[in-house]
Amino acid sequence: MEELANLFHGFAVALMPFNILVMVIGIVLGVIIGVLPGLGGANGVAILLPLTFSMPPTSAIIMLSCIYWGALFGGAITSILFNIPGEPWSVATTFDGYPMAQKGKAGEALTAAFTSSFVGALFAIIMITLVAPLVARFALEFGPAEKFAVYFLAFCSFVGLSKEPPFKTVAAMMLGFALAAVGLDSMTGQLRLTFGFTEMLNGFDFLIAVIGLFGIGEILLTMEDGLSFRGNNAKINLRVVLHTWKELPRYWMTSLRSSVIGCWMGITPAGATPASFMSYGIAKRVSKNGKNFGQGEIEGVIAPETAAHAAGTAALLPMLSLGVPGSPTAAVLLGGLLIWGLQPGPMLFVEQKEFVWGLIASMYLGNVVGLLIVLTCVPIFAAILRIPFSIVAPLILVLCAIGAYSVHNSTFDVMLMLVFGVIGYLLKKCNYPLAPLVLAIVLGDKAEEAFRQSLLASQGALGVFFSNGLVGTIMALGLIALFWSPINEGFTRLRSAATGRPRPAGPDYE
Amino acid sequence: MSASTDGNLGPSHKLVEAGVALLIGAAGVVVIIGSIKAGIGWGAEGPRAGFFPFYIGLFIVLASVINLVSALRVRHHHLFAEWSQLGHVMSVLIPSAIFVGAMPFIGLYVSSALFIGWFMRRLGKYRWLTVLAVAIGAPVITYLVFERWFLVPLPKGPLEDWLGL
Repeated sequence: MEELANLFHGFAVALMPFNILVMVIGIVLGVIIGVLPGLGGANGVAILLPLTFSMPPTSAIIMLSCIYWGALFGGAITSILFNIPGEPWSVATTFDGYPMAQKGKAGEALTAAFTSSFVGALFAIIMITLVAPLVARFALEFGPAEKFAVYFLAFCSFVGLSKEPPFKTVAAMMLGFALAAVGLDSMTGQLRLTFGFTEMLNGFDFLIAVIGLFGIGEILLTMEDGLSFRGNNAKINLRVVLHTWKELPRYWMTSLRSSVIGCWMGITPAGATPASFMSYGIAKRVSKNGKNFGQGEIEGVIAPETAAHAAGTAALLPMLSLGVPGSPTAAVLLGGLLIWGLQPGPMLFVEQKEFVWGLIASMYLGNVVGLLIVLTCVPIFAAILRIPFSIVAPLILVLCAIGAYSVHNSTFDVMLMLVFGVIGYLLKKCNYPLAPLVLAIVLGDKAEEAFRQSLLASQGALGVFFSNGLVGTIMALGLIALFWSPINEGFTRLRSAATGRPRPAGPDYE
Repeated sequence: MSASTDGNLGPSHKLVEAGVALLIGAAGVVVIIGSIKAGIGWGAEGPRAGFFPFYIGLFIVLASVINLVSALRVRHHHLFAEWSQLGHVMSVLIPSAIFVGAMPFIGLYVSSALFIGWFMRRLGKYRWLTVLAVAIGAPVITYLVFERWFLVPLPKGPLEDWLGL
């Protein structure tokens, strides 16, 4: 009951005129970011983070999280109208969204995409509202060993669940940890890995890395082909919206399933992109229209969009309650919390009630506002995409430079950003995942601190990570996640050996 | 670079992949060396500064060796990118590097105006009027939004000093 009162108080905070204004600005900026190639949720939020330094933290997080929602909505627009996924998580939306648009059903596809996004997000927010306070209360008891175990679980899930080769994930992740370690060691006050360069005293800021890796890297990738847009026109009117809404309840099972998949994948840091693919794959196998998928089936739009939005939203649950972000964008938001002087993690629910519940309430409102804005303004946003890339690209690059500079008012950071851009381009081309790299930079110091404190308490014995049921369970879950694909493989082989049948051909969503 | 005469050639994916694995591995070695310098054992206050990064470095080297081996074992001969594609990438990267390098001296506004102008004129082949409008308009809007509205100071150069901003 106390939570309910808190939530209502949160609504009172989120409904203040200034916060509503900030919400609308955030959504609009977010959709633009989602529509433009090269600007994604993570680096878009990173670039705009400095704008919020002068705002009160609650308004700041409302604006930034609304940019995130906007970006999630925006990705669908380009996928459906232009067959260009504005965001990685909307790749699966192109499979059926674009064929629908080609058949002249762009309005239906967009309405279905936005509405499903909204449904997925709503499902995830309700889950956050109910679960986050419990998790936080539970996590208050955590000592350093448990904290490390949670980080361990998060990073192991990356290795075990990501579609990239596991050792590439390990390499990228460890590179992130190494970058985080550069500079002043927080526990001994000693300098390390700086090799005498004064610029490296403070280490590498992950915001610079995010802007470079995702922003500049993406532009370099896009430049390879020199884009030419040939898009469909979007006309959404009330009739189409109502007509589509009348049809949508038929697919409630797909929505529910996709929401659950999305929430699960968002909490474990697998993220929105695999969630959308998995949800699409399962819907294709389960649906009775499965064979029509890929030719413009509305269910093929509903499934990935619901899951992606649910995952993107659910990624905030571990960020708020444990201080472990579930996605790169959540990591940037977490970085924002640190900059505004808030300590993410369970104490947030005790010490910063207004902030937390203001944020949660703003998620409800932000998604309603977002739905209204995207449904009414699609033609405007689609027009943005018709601006030629040779104008958009330099503007985005300048924006990235501004964002990188204003983190620490340092031009050295801007150069660093460009270096990260080249690294991001190379890593992406070679199929290294970038998300674990970024998360490792963000969490490196905290994970290390928890690790060393635990070892300090146990005098160096690694047994401390299995010393009680709780920490042992989390660590064991981590190990299972780490070796998930060999375990899964062995299990499948066992089962097929038992039934005497050869292994079925791999389903196409994996 | 003799292959660049043929428009369809480029570096092989295998080569670049191996190169990236080597680079990451080298970074791992640097991390290990740095950690040993900082001390990887136990001190009076517990694990010393290099303790954690040392193992991180070991993991990087280990993972990179495996990545290198699997990159070299690949049989297919895909291209990493065609030279012409890499040329496109370079046509953005080199001006960006100049833009970033010039920023400390002439400020962000002037350098971004020049950068946008160059980009639009050279790659987009726009009329000078359009080029000038965007190249000058964008920094002005940036100034109003960032410095005036959100009070975020951005690097300035001689022109801004002369204008007294």
